[in-house]
Amino acid sequence: MRTDQRAERALGALAVIVLLLIAAMAVTVFGKAWPSFSHNGLSWFGSGGDVDTQLRAMEQASPLAGHSLYYFRAWPLLWGTLVTTVLAVVIALVVSILAAVFLTEFAPATMRRTLDPVIRLLAAVPSVIYGLIGILAIAPYINDHLISNARKASVGYVVQLNGADVATATVILAVMITPIMVALIAAALATVPRSWREGSAALGVNRWRTIIRVSLRTARPAIVAATVLATARALGEAIMLSMVSGGRGFAANPLDGITFLFEPVRPLAATIVQNAEGLTIPVLAHTIYAVAAVLLVSAAMLSLAGWAAKQPLKRYGIRA
Amino acid sequence: MDPLTPPPPVRKIVLERDPFVATPPATNGNGIAPAPPNPLQATRARQSLADVRERMRLESVWLAYGEKWVVRDVSLPVRRGEVLALIGASGSGKTTLLRSLNRLTEVTAGAARAGRITLDGEEIHELEVNDLRRRVSMVFQQPNPFPMSIYDNVAYALAERPTNGRRRRRRTPELEQAAAEALRRAGLYDEVADDLGRPALRLSGGQQQRLCIARALAAEPEVLLLDEPCSALDPISTATIEQLIVGLRESVAVVIVTHNLQQALRVADHVAFMHLGELVEYGASEQIFERPAVQRTRDYIGGVFG
Amino acid sequence: MATSQPPVGTLAPAGLAVVRPRRQSTASWPLIDRVGYWLCWATGIALCAIALGIVLFMLIKGISYLQPSLFVHSPSPSVRQSEAGGFFDPILGTFILTALGIAIAAPAGVAIAAWLSEYARPRALARAVESAIEMIGGVPSVVLAIFGLLVFSQGFLGFLSQRAANGAVYGRSFFGAGVIMAVLALPLIVGATREGLAQVPDHMREAAYALGKTRASCIRHVLLPAIRPSIASGVVLGMGRIVGDTAIVTILVGVTLQNEAVGNVPVIGTLRGTGSTLTSYVYTNSPAGEGNAPQKAYAAAFVLLMIVLLLNALVTRLTGANERTGGRRRLAGLRALARSAWTR
Repeated sequence: MRTDQRAERALGALAVIVLLLIAAMAVTVFGKAWPSFSHNGLSWFGSGGDVDTQLRAMEQASPLAGHSLYYFRAWPLLWGTLVTTVLAVVIALVVSILAAVFLTEFAPATMRRTLDPVIRLLAAVPSVIYGLIGILAIAPYINDHLISNARKASVGYVVQLNGADVATATVILAVMITPIMVALIAAALATVPRSWREGSAALGVNRWRTIIRVSLRTARPAIVAATVLATARALGEAIMLSMVSGGRGFAANPLDGITFLFEPVRPLAATIVQNAEGLTIPVLAHTIYAVAAVLLVSAAMLSLAGWAAKQPLKRYGIRA
Repeated sequence: MDPLTPPPPVRKIVLERDPFVATPPATNGNGIAPAPPNPLQATRARQSLADVRERMRLESVWLAYGEKWVVRDVSLPVRRGEVLALIGASGSGKTTLLRSLNRLTEVTAGAARAGRITLDGEEIHELEVNDLRRRVSMVFQQPNPFPMSIYDNVAYALAERPTNGRRRRRRTPELEQAAAEALRRAGLYDEVADDLGRPALRLSGGQQQRLCIARALAAEPEVLLLDEPCSALDPISTATIEQLIVGLRESVAVVIVTHNLQQALRVADHVAFMHLGELVEYGASEQIFERPAVQRTRDYIGGVFG
Repeated sequence: MATSQPPVGTLAPAGLAVVRPRRQSTASWPLIDRVGYWLCWATGIALCAIALGIVLFMLIKGISYLQPSLFVHSPSPSVRQSEAGGFFDPILGTFILTALGIAIAAPAGVAIAAWLSEYARPRALARAVESAIEMIGGVPSVVLAIFGLLVFSQGFLGFLSQRAANGAVYGRSFFGAGVIMAVLALPLIVGATREGLAQVPDHMREAAYALGKTRASCIRHVLLPAIRPSIASGVVLGMGRIVGDTAIVTILVGVTLQNEAVGNVPVIGTLRGTGSTLTSYVYTNSPAGEGNAPQKAYAAAFVLLMIVLLLNALVTRLTGANERTGGRRRLAGLRALARSAWTR
């Protein structure tokens, strides 16, 4: 028994180290981020000028006129993250539900056998390859064929349109997060009891309505879980987005209509990657850690939201 | 009860409000009424024959799964105002025959059929399948309420009727009324009326099966198919449901598959005995149980095989 | 009445037409339901088309720029592509980083999974550790990367990387990146191992205890050998994650063209040094990085894709997802993917 207790303690200690790791991460990131928040207050989240200019000022240690060195207004980054994440998740949700329904209900056996590895392949492709295809193939295509010169001229005084923009980023992001959502939703749809589907058919309800009212309802916890997971993945995607979303920390303007889709954005995670070299400079480091802190908090809140959304469905017998 | 005295013989269920019986029968403690004297029963049989109407007709029906014919050359009528029981040992094809009445056999790949099945004179394979299933509803062996509220379960078939482009509404006064009516017919209304929004899966087994019956009745079908509805239930729930089935007789044609001979005796007006896919004997339930014409029927009822 | 019946199934309907109905067609559905049906089909086909497009595109571009010499030459700084060398160092870098990451994550992950599954006392601590593992799985890799940079830039960890002239710790090295990669792969290994342990039937444990084995011994000698495929699949999943990650590499490996060792000790020197991996090589050569060698980027990306697909196929083999079980429930491959997404 002595060996058992020793083993238990040793393994337990290892497990506790993991706990300490995440605690340490939270503490250090927030600790390093604090100066940036304290100097800017709540307007850290507001808008006020070009993010790149502010970051460069920190790099060169020459504060902008009338502001402290810590001056930072993250709104363009937050907006960029919001736009790309929300659009990508919405697109991916619709596509994933349709694909999962197809996979479990309508696909003939051969198509099911092909789709299985296809989806696993899409999930396995590294984000840098998605980024490469985006920046070398899709962005130039959009630039040449979808953005007219007139459109470029219409916003030319503010920003250059070059194909690296909201549309490219959102579409590729949607493709990246779809496979995992399809896998989760299809797995849930496959566990809908046969008796329910048979009962619905015996009442004279066609397969499509049965899917909508019985199968998808049963799969709702999985859909919620998949959405949360996909949103977390989209939030944290840095590399692909830093390659295709456009190098400007620019707040794309939805009032521009369709042009909005072609304006560059820079989401939060991409900002961290692109400024990683500057982490030796204290002020810049604090700002970047502040950005990371926002990412951490969003990821934590997403997990909480996902857990809360699954609770009400348990009472109807839908096992989450 | 004294263990030495034999239990009372199984008798057909006669409802208290049965208009053909002069006096309300006394029950003997387990919900089964003693048989009325023979003459009244004969009167009852004669009078009900005048009321029955043929709903479905099977003519030389053959059914197969793959290459194996599991139902062979069966011809039966299904009439409103009476309960038809399909009895037989396992593998006799009675469940397959039942499922063919609402074309559920088509769901299985490799199913084949021959012969004619008509509903009110129309061949059912020419009807639109979902339309057919709304007119011929089915209740399964295991209660299978959907993971929704009681109301949503009962109103399901009605809410999912084709809307021809109009917006589909889950809760309308008509639907609520129809749901309440169906629950009353199923004998469940009093027990659940206080909260129809309760999850259906919280009900007991017997209540769930009655809910499934209510769900099947909500769309006012012409025929109700029951596939061993009480085999998963306790005796008290079974008795309640058997009462309910007999009471439904007036409005829907009922076809019930059962492997419980006593149940068939209690609820059925006509009995079809099937063996290995063939229809061995068909007749009024008293005739089948008391004076079976075929030796094999006599063997089955006598318990020679099961 | 015949006394002997012919055997079941030998009779057939005489003179009656036999009809074999097909699956319910959608012709009778309302238009809106049919639109939904077609959309589902369209989505399925579109996904196949996208996957095919990606593979074909990378295949064509990659093979056109791929030469065997690229595999053996180190990258050298030069504007002219023909003199810029190959990607031997990045490939080596990928290999080093993966090996280091797995070497740390695999034992740790299996140990933690074993503790969570077999001991898990006190309960509150076990739940906290479970949540922590899941949270690590949800943290973006950039955040892990800059946290790692912070940690490894501390003075006392200077031996893991190098020091600049003024005593500041550089912080970027294969060591640091390796440790953070291990953290990245940890949730996957823990998840796969726990799942394997959950599938071991209790009677195996009871038999071991009945023979007088301690719990630790039971884990070591009975349980872990029994779930080797699960552990292996978790490890390969972790490897796939490490190989495909770019953010941690760009931030923590101090991206230099060639793997530059620090100090004179052979292996440790490389680990203390900087370098690059295939992913950072692709990133640097794309227009997002220095941007002047898209051909090299394509070639390296192609190699990267092949490695990742190979690892993926390996996971499929290990989880037995290719077994031909019948029916519509046969989505084992996707279910494995769904499980790997969660660390619980």
